[in-house]
Amino acid sequence: MLEITDVSWTVPAARILDNITFTVPANSLVGLLGPNGSGKTTLLRVVAGLLRPRTGQVALGDATVADLPRRVAARRMALLAQYAETDLDLTALDVVLLGRTPHQRSRWSDTDTDHALALAALDRVDLGGFAHRKWQTLSGGERQRVQLARAFTQEPELLLLDEPTNHLDIGHQLQLLHLVRRSQVTTLAALHDLNLAAMFCDTVVVLHHGQVVAAGPPFTVLTTDLLEDVYGVDADITNHDGRPVITYRPPS
Amino acid sequence: MATRPLPALGGPGRAGRTTVVLIVALAGLLLSIGAAITVGPADLSLGIVWKVIADHLGLTHADVPLLRDHIVWELRLPRVLGAAVVGAGLAAAGAVMQTVTRNPLADPYLLGVSSGASLGAVAVIVLGLGAGTAALAGGAFTGALLAFALVITIAGRRAARAPTRIILAGVAIGQLCAALTSFVIIWVADPHATQSITFWLSGSLARADWTALAWAGPTLGVILTLILRYARSLNAFAFGEEAAATLGVDVTRTRWILLIATALLTAVLVAVSGAIGFVGLILPHAARLLTGPDHRRLLPVVVLTGAIFMIWVDTAARTLFEPRELPVGVLTALLGVPAFLLLMRRREVRG
Repeated sequence: MLEITDVSWTVPAARILDNITFTVPANSLVGLLGPNGSGKTTLLRVVAGLLRPRTGQVALGDATVADLPRRVAARRMALLAQYAETDLDLTALDVVLLGRTPHQRSRWSDTDTDHALALAALDRVDLGGFAHRKWQTLSGGERQRVQLARAFTQEPELLLLDEPTNHLDIGHQLQLLHLVRRSQVTTLAALHDLNLAAMFCDTVVVLHHGQVVAAGPPFTVLTTDLLEDVYGVDADITNHDGRPVITYRPPS
Repeated sequence: MATRPLPALGGPGRAGRTTVVLIVALAGLLLSIGAAITVGPADLSLGIVWKVIADHLGLTHADVPLLRDHIVWELRLPRVLGAAVVGAGLAAAGAVMQTVTRNPLADPYLLGVSSGASLGAVAVIVLGLGAGTAALAGGAFTGALLAFALVITIAGRRAARAPTRIILAGVAIGQLCAALTSFVIIWVADPHATQSITFWLSGSLARADWTALAWAGPTLGVILTLILRYARSLNAFAFGEEAAATLGVDVTRTRWILLIATALLTAVLVAVSGAIGFVGLILPHAARLLTGPDHRRLLPVVVLTGAIFMIWVDTAARTLFEPRELPVGVLTALLGVPAFLLLMRRREVRG
């Protein structure tokens, strides 16, 4: 379980995060929504321990994230970024094995356990036969799935996703979130696409100007009023098997 | 979870191939040391070389004429070992810097360290502080450290997060040092001093002796040990520093430790040989073609191939135009530029 309590983060000119408080229950998938610049990425960086909150605290289980040494934090949390890029000549397996880095940095060679975990993670993202494929030959969707396998190989108790579907076509977007959902790992995911969030998330938290303006199940949170206030868009919302489906209208 | 037999580990044959490359390179290094000593006037055979070395190591007692013993033990061996140390060190420094700055063009030159060392040595000559190897090396070392300190000050605290700032500052300081060195050469206008200065600018192993080796060797050993300990952390930089941080690497600390270590190493090497370009830039790329990007395989191989490369380039430099000696930096540049262009083409082809 992840508990974010009164977290603020400021830069000299602005308050990027303003007293954020919410909880990500164990084994749930929580969507972090909000327009560009609302503070989603900053909040993920604070949760990951890459930024230290100015006030408040982030607790993962019984530990305060800001007090965790980097290596310990990396054993408990894995981050999947928007876009991963390298010009090195790596195989998919090389990339997935990077997930073992926090577990045994001092050891010279990878153990059989490391390899078994990495191969199992590739299976888990439906890339079983891809171990020896070169990173440079993978499609965007395959790359993000390899990165997800890398994240699983870290054996994290919390998965952080920073808009991981941004560069993917709709098929790969659905597939990636389906794999995350299926994994049952506690997940906090910044997402742009509200329909995707509504489809996969147990709860959603909406950020606006660095504040939480709404939180709860997708159906109660995603209302026409909220979309108007936060995103400034006009939309119809219909009920599809208990999940909201949003249809946008062009600006008039 | 599906259970199936594990495929060959560590990529298709890469680990196995690296072991072969390592064994071949190690044998190649030992052979190169012996063979390079025989090249040149005095007509030495490999047998004599091994005899002299074994004799001095106290393994056997050999009757080798004193003159030949002197040529092997006092002249050629320290020079060949010096070339090996300089080549190994520059190649390792380049490989590490390319990774921590995430810039494939990074090499010891880019931090301004080499130019600072040249200026330091030249200052010693011009100010008449001494002409011995120790004084010159001391000047080179001081100059290198001052230049690096200046680079870090200019790059500022934010440099930890934006390694390009270090490179920009390094290029600027390097240019400044080079300009000052040229100015000094013109200002002094003493042919003897100018000759010494050219040595520092173009690089040469003619001054490599046991004294120089006595501190360059251990420095290389200590810093290589340190660098190898960071091999796994260096791998984690593949997708950038933020990715490395989320994999548990203390990015700022790792980067500073490794940058300072490589700057120190470069300073010591330049004090031995003057500024030799392109080795730190090209060798890591060539070694990566053999081993792939995993630093646990790359670093040992780049060290050995760097040493072998430098031994033979220096041997060519001292014998091609006998009795005149070519500055080895001129040869590395002549070899390095075409290699660099090939590399650029390869990168373009790959996309």
